[in-house]
Amino acid sequence: MNRLLPFIGFMLLVALFGFGIWWNSRHDPNAIPTPLLNKPAPAFVLPKLYEPTQTVSKADLLGKPYLLNVFASWCVECGAEHPMLEAEGPTLGVQLVGYNYKDAPADAKRWLAEHGDPYNLLIADEPGNTAIDFGVYGAPESFLIDGKGVIRYKHIGPLTPDVVASELKPAIAALQQETP
Amino acid sequence: MRLSSSCPTGTPCGRGSGFSRDSSSHGRSTASRLKPLLQVLFVALLAFAGVTHAQAIEPMPFADHAQELRFQHLTQQLRCPMCQNETLADSNAPIARDLRNQIFQLMQQGKSDDEIKQYLVARYSDYVLYDPPLKPGTWLLWFGPLLILCGGAGVVLVAIRRRGRDGGTSDKTTDSMPLDNEPADNGDDW
Repeated sequence: MNRLLPFIGFMLLVALFGFGIWWNSRHDPNAIPTPLLNKPAPAFVLPKLYEPTQTVSKADLLGKPYLLNVFASWCVECGAEHPMLEAEGPTLGVQLVGYNYKDAPADAKRWLAEHGDPYNLLIADEPGNTAIDFGVYGAPESFLIDGKGVIRYKHIGPLTPDVVASELKPAIAALQQETP
Repeated sequence: MRLSSSCPTGTPCGRGSGFSRDSSSHGRSTASRLKPLLQVLFVALLAFAGVTHAQAIEPMPFADHAQELRFQHLTQQLRCPMCQNETLADSNAPIARDLRNQIFQLMQQGKSDDEIKQYLVARYSDYVLYDPPLKPGTWLLWFGPLLILCGGAGVVLVAIRRRGRDGGTSDKTTDSMPLDNEPADNGDDW
């Protein structure tokens, strides 16, 4: 038995190593947990992308839940996410609000013309200051905000079909059950 | 600068370069001709390094030098959320630039360092702090190493006691330890 102790110790280290690999394969090590979850979304007033003279505020969007999708034309992963939004967007059952982050409006419009526009509403944050209040640090990021303006779910990185099925749709279903 | 008294590295001059008498004198003269050029190059490189470093952080209109020092000190304690192994002071990521600007604005509004840290933690969680706060979620982080140290000390203590007993030098106090209930080992483990 005592002769086995070093081997057991070694196997424990192997198990720890394996656990680390398994854990990192299921979690994005670069994702920072947002402290804003289940807290009111920050107040914002941002211009519309297509009508820059008109603004949209947080108060304007109260009443119905919506998915705020942070994207930019310079963001490579947004292009990977986009076909999924095009296909699944209308079936989600919530408004899709595009949040154009640190982008030149002309670039954003060209990008949307090329990739398609799945959004019900498009707002633009060219300086990126409002995004700091949301804790955004890159694109894409997505926030599910309920009718009372509370952030109910956040995803960092592209929304993959897997994430939509296992996380986003259950979160939306939970919202729809409590609203009626 | 001690450049004039020392050889720039990589030039075949001075001791141990392994040349024969003729070629060594030739080498020395080449080196002495090259020396001023290399010095100029070295100084130019140093100056350039300074310029690139300064470019990483865009100049900001600080009220005074004390505020600039405070800004640098604060941004060195904060982690860039995008590139998590860099401080906000060092990072050139767009978000780091935005956050530096935001910190600068908050400073102009008279916010304290703690208030600015709270501002960032409220948006980006404790991840932005290089010095994580002591709270139940971070107990393992703070006391884990101590736990491992105690565990290791325990193992060493047990091993030493066993060896002492096998050597026949154990005294009365170790005899009364519950360890003695275990079967005697021959000391060839470990």
